[in-house]
Amino acid sequence: MSASATLAPSGNSDVIDLQDAVIRFAGNSQDGIQTIGGLLAKLAGRSSREVVTYMTIPSTISGGPSIFQVHLGSGEVLSPGDESDFLLAFYQHSYENHIGSLKKGGVCIYDSDHVDNPNLDNKDVVHVGIPITSTTVEAMGGSARDRGKNIFVLGLVAALFNLNKEKLVELLNRQFGRKSEDILRNAMMAFDTGYAYPIGDVLHVGYNLKKGPDDRGDRITTDGNTALTLGLLAGGVRYGAGYPITPWSPVMEMLRTELPKYGGLFVQCEDELAAVSMALGFAYSGHVSITGSSGPGLSLKMEALSYATMAELPIIVVNVQRGGPSTGLPTSVEQSDLMQAIYGSHGDCPRVVLAPKNVEDCYYIGRKACEIAKEYSCPVFILSDQAISSRIEAFHAPDLSDVTEPVLDLSPRPESFKPYPIDGNTRHAPPGSPMLGGKYPVVTGLEHDEWGHPSSSPELHAKMNARRRDKIKAFADTIDIPEIYGDNEGDVLLVGWGSTWGPIREATKRLREHHDSKVGCMHLQYVNPMPNGLDDVFGQYKHILCVEMNDEGLYGYGQLATLLRGRYANPSIKSICKTDGLTFKVSEIIDGVRSYAVAS
Amino acid sequence: MSVSAEPQKLTKKALTADHPTWCPGCGDFAVLASFYKVLEKLQFPHEKICTIAGIGCSSRFPYFVNGHGVHFIHGRALPLASGISLSRPDLHVFAFGGDGDGYSIGGNHLDHAARKNINLTYVVMDNFVYGLTKKQTSPTSPEGFKSKTDPTGAIDRPINPMEKLVNGGASFVARTHAAQVKHMMQMFERAILHPGFSVVEVLSECVVFYPGAFDDGNPRKGGEFNIIDEEAHDPTSKNAAYQLASQQYPGKFGVFFQKERPTKNDLEQKWIDSSCEKTGGASARELLEGKFSAMS
Ligand SMILES: Cc1ncc(C[n+]2csc(CCOP(=O)(O)OP(=O)(O)O)c2C)c(N)n1
Ligand code: SF4
Ligand SMILES: [Mg+2]
Repeated sequence: MSASATLAPSGNSDVIDLQDAVIRFAGNSQDGIQTIGGLLAKLAGRSSREVVTYMTIPSTISGGPSIFQVHLGSGEVLSPGDESDFLLAFYQHSYENHIGSLKKGGVCIYDSDHVDNPNLDNKDVVHVGIPITSTTVEAMGGSARDRGKNIFVLGLVAALFNLNKEKLVELLNRQFGRKSEDILRNAMMAFDTGYAYPIGDVLHVGYNLKKGPDDRGDRITTDGNTALTLGLLAGGVRYGAGYPITPWSPVMEMLRTELPKYGGLFVQCEDELAAVSMALGFAYSGHVSITGSSGPGLSLKMEALSYATMAELPIIVVNVQRGGPSTGLPTSVEQSDLMQAIYGSHGDCPRVVLAPKNVEDCYYIGRKACEIAKEYSCPVFILSDQAISSRIEAFHAPDLSDVTEPVLDLSPRPESFKPYPIDGNTRHAPPGSPMLGGKYPVVTGLEHDEWGHPSSSPELHAKMNARRRDKIKAFADTIDIPEIYGDNEGDVLLVGWGSTWGPIREATKRLREHHDSKVGCMHLQYVNPMPNGLDDVFGQYKHILCVEMNDEGLYGYGQLATLLRGRYANPSIKSICKTDGLTFKVSEIIDGVRSYAVAS
Repeated sequence: MSVSAEPQKLTKKALTADHPTWCPGCGDFAVLASFYKVLEKLQFPHEKICTIAGIGCSSRFPYFVNGHGVHFIHGRALPLASGISLSRPDLHVFAFGGDGDGYSIGGNHLDHAARKNINLTYVVMDNFVYGLTKKQTSPTSPEGFKSKTDPTGAIDRPINPMEKLVNGGASFVARTHAAQVKHMMQMFERAILHPGFSVVEVLSECVVFYPGAFDDGNPRKGGEFNIIDEEAHDPTSKNAAYQLASQQYPGKFGVFFQKERPTKNDLEQKWIDSSCEKTGGASARELLEGKFSAMS
């Protein structure tokens, strides 16, 4: 929070202008705190504000403690925020577990019906007790019990921050109007009661959350899984198959619902082995096809994905990573499947692996994956993760003017047709294509010649291995070196991939503000193959620090760092790693940088 | 070569590809020859024929049929073939494979393809042994069968393929013998013409690793080839099919079960049609624009 004054009440009712604010809602998952957070995020998108959210999900269905954190701001918002400015605590346990997340001078609003024992002696934060449950129950009548207290809190927050009430009411209408009139009426009642609550009696200040520059216009707000799915649809994916697993399931559920509208189909299979095989059946049939999972499911798909490399079938493989190994931390974030994506199959399988850096990028990476799969006729992996999959961000709707319907090319193939020309791109003749030479192709996992005929000639195997490798290298030649943010040379270059883009950039910004050292950062969206020429960039810095949510391994380096060291043999490449199941805090990255920069 | 306006007649010659690499005398030759003959009779457009297999001696089948095809991985022919069938209603999809491929490593996929009633024809060339990997016990090897993995004789109870298929929900289930070419052709033809998931279990001898395995069902080798009496058997009754399936080896041959029900292909297409109707046939671009504007 950057405010022109402290948050502490000054005696009379003041209004404090805020550039940005981090609000943490802490309760149980069944209290609907995700709903409040989601609505606030949507409002931000419609009010020229930036937003990044963060939530934790209990891994049991019956619910349990969970939080939803919203970081709203008028400038660039890159992370959900390390610490919060405002805490809304619904229970004693929420209070106890999260009071420590408040910044000094922050405000804790707690439900005085459930938080029995607030530490009012703690003068570092402002305590505001409000009987949230009983006020909601009173306003809504007995039958709804305490349902609706989330919406009461939304009203309270709207009044406290002087948010645009009309826009919020419109959003509530959209959210609840579809369900039933009763539900909508109750929601409105809860909202109005919260909005009208005389919070000024206990907190003698109000806040005015500033808007961003007006030229930004309306933006959309959504989460990474949704953005990714829409990118795949825009890229021409019409067929897919999968098996449920958290946090991948929302992608398959949305594809299952959406694809029939596009004349396509997504099939829930009996397991991941069937899912990847069916998806390859779609690909062989001439479609852009997708399968996906999270870590454990990816392990099951690997045999078939080696087949896809050998047969050169285009397929998009999504991995929404979670904490592993095994069932691990199924609802927490980790980036520990990078090596699996690149190397996790038998045989030599050069692959394309992409990683979206934020929610908006999920859309573009989804589209890009389709282009690459078609052009190079190969598997393309997308490494998303639990954090990006569920986090909400605001961004401008993409340009859809070039979205076209995919076409199935069943034109007759000439006698000279070769699916795997030694000196050209792989092009299949999908079933249904007449073969004018009278010979029909059989796609195989055995090593084969240019026509696809099996051959166990060792010379041919070496040649075809090279061919499969060279086409991925040819793709690498088309990738630009990612932009450097911050100093183009100096002490430290932070290198990241995937969902850590925001916190790394924020850390770079802050380190430079403090004139600590000369720091830049670079984010790889193309993790495999990497763009050429990274060594020239690395040569400009004393330390190359890879920031990753995976373990430092036996030799002290995370997975990306290991790859970069392997490629460039540059001893300056080191790691900032962690596996606590949480996204990187900006301060953790800053501390990591200082430990190296000071040590040197 | 020029494109002729008249579709060419599908002949055995046109369907013949490489000479099979099977051992001389292998039962699979007869299966292949019968398949050619039935396709010759049915005259599907050549380019619409699609032959799929996993891994095994029998699974080399697609190389020997000149038509579009896939030689896939061990045990997963059915889900791959299902993807082709579901997304390409214009094609005629055939899957071939062995007992290991279909009843062991791919056993679960068989149950699910059957339950979903996916429109394709699956032929299991059952030789009661693992041929390609040179004589290990298979899920259909009888108790006492001596193999490299059971040197003193198999101890696990074999599965009963016919029971498995009927129980799995296949809408057409038949059994035949590779030495009975005429019967085999009839079974293939009826299976192919059946709309839905049709399976033919063929006893196809591995002359190298299990010679004589099916002599009991071959009159030329002193056995008996007992065909189901179609007047007496109700093919729409699961109970009747089970009764046939539980008969003492070599048992009965013919159509054990046949009952039409909606295929997954039809049911999914219905959903696709009604979804497109609801959106008024909106283009991909319009659909995406709608999604994005709902998120603003
Ligand atoms: C994943 C995997 N496991 C094992 C194998 C080795 N393998 C190939 S074929 C086969 C068994 C073949 O038996 P069956 O399916 O009955 O076919 P047959 O050769 O008897 O016709 C095995 C175990 C393989 N190719 N892939
Ligand atoms: S090993 Fe047996 S099954 Fe395989 S080709 Fe030879 S005879 Fe046929
Ligand atoms: Mg066998």
